[in-house]
Amino acid sequence: AISTNLLRSQTIRFLHVGDANVLPSEVDKQSAEYKDNASEMGKLVTELRNLTSQVLTGGGQKANDRHTSRGKLLARERINLLLDKGSPFLELSALAGHELYGEEVVNSGGIVTGVGRVCGTECVVVANDATVKGGSYYPITVKKHLRAQEVAQENRLPCIYLVDSGGANLPRQAEVFPDKLHFGRIFYNQANMSGQGIPQIAVVMGSCTAGGAYVPAMADESIIVKKQGTIFLAGPPLVKAATGEEVSAEDLGGADLHCKTSGVTDHYAVDDEHALYLARQIVSNLNLPATNSYNAQLLHSSQANFREGNTNATSTVEEPRYDPRELYGIVGPNLTKSFDVREVIARIVDGSRFTEFKKLYGETLVCGFAKLYGQTVGIVGNNGVLFSESALKGAHFIQLCSQRKIPLVFLQNITGFMVGRDAEAHGIAKNGAKMVTAVACANVPKFTVIIGGSYGAGNYGMCGRAYSPRFLYMWPNSRISVMGGTQAANVLAQITQDQRKRAGKEFTEEEAQKLKAPIVEMFEAEGSPYYSTARLWDDGIIDPANTRQVLGLSLKAALNNAGHDTKFGVFRM
Amino acid sequence: TEAATAAPKIRQINKILISNRGEIACRVIRTARKLGVRTVAVFSDPDEKSLHTQLADEAYRVGEAASSASYLRGEHILEIAKRSGAQAIHPGYGFLSESVEFAEQCQREGVIFMGPPSSAIRDMGIKSTSKAIMAAAGVPIINGYHGEDQSDECLQAEAKIIGFPLMIKAVRGGGGKGMRIAEKPEDFLTALNSARNESQKSFGDSSVLLERYVRSPRHVEVQVFADQYGDAVYLWERDCSVQRRHQKIIEEAPAPGLSEELRRELGEAAVRAAKAVGYVGAGTVEFILDKEDLSFHFMEMNTRLQVEHPISEMITGTDLVEWQIRIAAGEPLPLKQSQITRTGHAFEARIYAENPRGGFLPGAGPLRYLSTPQPSADVRVETGVREGDEVSVHYDPMIAKLVVWGENRSQALNSLIARLGEYHISGLDTNINFLIDLASHPEFQLANVHTGFIEEHFDTLFPAISISQQQVSQAAVALVFNELQASSSNSSGSQDPFAATPNARLNYALVRNYNLKANDKVFSVDVKYDGEELQIRVDNGTWQEIRAEKVQDVGRLKIRANIDSNISTYNANIDGPSVSLFLESGKLDFELVQPKFLSAQVDQLGAGGSRVLAPMPGVLEKVLVKPGDQVKKGDSLAVLIAMKMEHILKAPKDATIKSIGGAEGDNVAKGAAVITFVDEEVAAK
Repeated sequence: AISTNLLRSQTIRFLHVGDANVLPSEVDKQSAEYKDNASEMGKLVTELRNLTSQVLTGGGQKANDRHTSRGKLLARERINLLLDKGSPFLELSALAGHELYGEEVVNSGGIVTGVGRVCGTECVVVANDATVKGGSYYPITVKKHLRAQEVAQENRLPCIYLVDSGGANLPRQAEVFPDKLHFGRIFYNQANMSGQGIPQIAVVMGSCTAGGAYVPAMADESIIVKKQGTIFLAGPPLVKAATGEEVSAEDLGGADLHCKTSGVTDHYAVDDEHALYLARQIVSNLNLPATNSYNAQLLHSSQANFREGNTNATSTVEEPRYDPRELYGIVGPNLTKSFDVREVIARIVDGSRFTEFKKLYGETLVCGFAKLYGQTVGIVGNNGVLFSESALKGAHFIQLCSQRKIPLVFLQNITGFMVGRDAEAHGIAKNGAKMVTAVACANVPKFTVIIGGSYGAGNYGMCGRAYSPRFLYMWPNSRISVMGGTQAANVLAQITQDQRKRAGKEFTEEEAQKLKAPIVEMFEAEGSPYYSTARLWDDGIIDPANTRQVLGLSLKAALNNAGHDTKFGVFRM
Repeated sequence: TEAATAAPKIRQINKILISNRGEIACRVIRTARKLGVRTVAVFSDPDEKSLHTQLADEAYRVGEAASSASYLRGEHILEIAKRSGAQAIHPGYGFLSESVEFAEQCQREGVIFMGPPSSAIRDMGIKSTSKAIMAAAGVPIINGYHGEDQSDECLQAEAKIIGFPLMIKAVRGGGGKGMRIAEKPEDFLTALNSARNESQKSFGDSSVLLERYVRSPRHVEVQVFADQYGDAVYLWERDCSVQRRHQKIIEEAPAPGLSEELRRELGEAAVRAAKAVGYVGAGTVEFILDKEDLSFHFMEMNTRLQVEHPISEMITGTDLVEWQIRIAAGEPLPLKQSQITRTGHAFEARIYAENPRGGFLPGAGPLRYLSTPQPSADVRVETGVREGDEVSVHYDPMIAKLVVWGENRSQALNSLIARLGEYHISGLDTNINFLIDLASHPEFQLANVHTGFIEEHFDTLFPAISISQQQVSQAAVALVFNELQASSSNSSGSQDPFAATPNARLNYALVRNYNLKANDKVFSVDVKYDGEELQIRVDNGTWQEIRAEKVQDVGRLKIRANIDSNISTYNANIDGPSVSLFLESGKLDFELVQPKFLSAQVDQLGAGGSRVLAPMPGVLEKVLVKPGDQVKKGDSLAVLIAMKMEHILKAPKDATIKSIGGAEGDNVAKGAAVITFVDEEVAAK
């Protein structure tokens, strides 16, 4: 009898909890609203793809033909050959410069940037598009080049510059040359990244004039293409003007000169393909330390899986249980209509599994843990306006992730923090500040996707551009502005009415409409994701159905620098 | 009594040495193992890791690569046999199998030679002797006159005895020169004088010989077996008519179109032949069978187990190597003639490393990719090589024998064609496509075989190659899948997002271009990757939607693709720039066009006509020039020997010799620069 009791006391009951963390989906795919949404969002995505296919033409058929007739490859062709076969290319801000310079079309800002894999190493590629205005640097070109370098620096990714540019755009020299974040910053970044052990590789495939000459000169290793690449501080016309010397571009700064005599370049390529092959060779010999803690973290995750009793945890990951294309019907373009952000999460994360934190508290902010391609991430998503509780919960959750070195994903759809006497009395300002402090200081990779509205302080609390997420993307239905256009118009109308009242004047409804209309129109234009992406307020507009993939690639790239210990600022209590 | 003399002949055999290599060595080992007999292999240096060396229970080095320094070293092999304790030596075919000397040596040393007595080998090795013995035994022989008396009268008289049609051949002749056919007696003198004149002009001699002319000969041979007690049986016949370069490539059993009576006549004649020479063991009696009147004549007797013995095994349900071992041990024949049955039909196709379209030029090199049909009771893959092995220039370039059995000829032939289609080799040229075309040829299907079959049907056997868009698309799909396989071990759910989203681009579809070369034509292929969807267009044609999936095939790339509403399943192998498709019609090779910068470097080395490259791997037999020599276009520069064939390297242009890429006797690889000329541009300066 004693032994039986002993046995009973040792019996362990196993619980089957395999699918307990799978998010349910309550979408009615037959509803008129779903169908409307799907159709409207489909149109937005089509518009996005159409605009993208337009910018892929670079400088247009004529310029492309002229370029390729010289035996040169187009910028994106060069990138395709540089990257590993089959590597995705996380192109950044393809629509930069969109309708930015009036009549002048500067597709993709005249420069193609992004993250791709070269010889198994994720690299940042910066390729001038010489078919667009000769590859010259417009203000947006500089900004995009610097942003690519920022991505490289933050995520510790080697930089490969495919140089083919006439240098600064002279009529706009005041906007590209003198300031801190202007042309000179490119070389400042090169020097500092090199110093930090982030390899800088330049491939000179065309002109590399004046300031541009410093790209290969500042690089760790450089390649030049015979009869195509030239490097000089001043081109033949300027030399003639300055000294009267007449010299051809090739003799002044061609591959032979720089490889054999000056030593400005290290490797001699017979053509573009050869140059890209040589660049790959350089990357294959970088001997980079295995900085990537990804595998270690994955191991960590799988151990956690084991502890959870999730025996399905293998080396492969689960795709989401629900079709990501359903996001079209769930979200739709009308931002005044709400949707449950969990439906979005369910279409992004592995197996649609989500372990929610503080589910019953501060319900307008959804926080929880999930996996993205096996990597644990913390997800913060909006389900309405932020109250004090929501902000406190968010701050708490962000602290958890920072403590545990878990990357954070923000799904932004936020009109702002709650306003009104009650809210202020409950300290919405200081509680909101806690969340903003947590977001600002959290030293883990952060990623933001604006999936709806991005307004006011909500943008800050949900890791807007100013909070340096490693990558920030927008959906084509999203809007970004300090507040909604109608609200802004109403505020201005209210102020005007008050002024008139003080002056004892009348403010007719007609006048109010006249005042409001242009403001609404302006906000409408400036709140567009295209307005944002043209100015590089984001890293690109993405198809909602691709969110999982884009975040996955971004996460993988970002984990080359997994972050350090976080030191938070003072939380106002 | 007879029993008393027979008894001492029984000797136990529990270990045999196989003085051979390749598939036949493996074949013998397999049966020996089945019988519980241990095996000893011998190997030359390049064969140290070969299959036969590994399969055997023991293996001994026998010498260097060249046969004369290894597999032909009879004394050394005998020594190994004694050292290893083998009671018997199985010689296989080729090498020492028909060496009288070796058979005698074995006899002297008390080691059983698993072949006939040396006297039988000797008798059958000499043509005139063998014919005389056969004639005496009542075996029909081809009549002829090889005499000294060249008078018109004598020749005419002999011609009458031999019969018509009759062949008049210059004794010194060759290549068809000095040869005439006399259809009937009235034509004889005219033809004789014409042959004499031509011979006199060409060879300075007018002597001729006479032979019965068989217009459409078939090569039919009978498998015989004899024991030490004077008994002999036949295991039906094989037809080996279809040959190239006087070597068999496809054999079948039984010979098609023969009556049962004729079969029995052939078999009985063969048994008489074996008995006439006191034969013991496995032997083959070859006959010329006239396709028209089905008359047959003795040609020669092969005193060994033939390459094509498996087809006889397939139709009789026997294991002839087992018979060999048992008979060598002194047992009587396992079956009486009446017990030997015949069921169904069998084919053997010999898979060679060779280039049928290049005059069947033998090849050599690594078997970089090798996948065989699934062996079964009806399908045998007799081979001595595995993937990664090398077909050596030193030995026969046969890679394997594919043996199939069917209930009847057409079933067996269907099976042969299908199984050939499953024999996948890349890395070197093989004759598999040719074998498929040959086996599918309407005349072969109708069994209209004869020894001139390939010459007669040359044009239809080698149709012009044309490559369809569908095939180009299939190659492109293979490239795509090969890459996917490389970038991700699992097609879905990889932990690496970069591998999980291959070729992804944001908001647009990546289009990649491949230049694929096949049959000297370059195809430009665009592949559009749009999420899960794949589209392909060839030479800027219309986009075709492709739905394809990888089929489970361990370690192999097998694809099921729906291209333009046409679903096909095929294997592919991609090895560097070469893309091999294994389609129903056989192998189709594509090559990815290499970037210009690579060929630019090659040009710098001067491949553009300033060197003479070895067309095949071989041994540099003779160098006819030295550095500094001036040569004219067409001059002979060097002689290369490969697979017993001589290749003369000639000057492609007038030039001065700069250097020689090897010494006489050196092995040279295919594509090696044998002769380098002085660069004219440099020379001019």
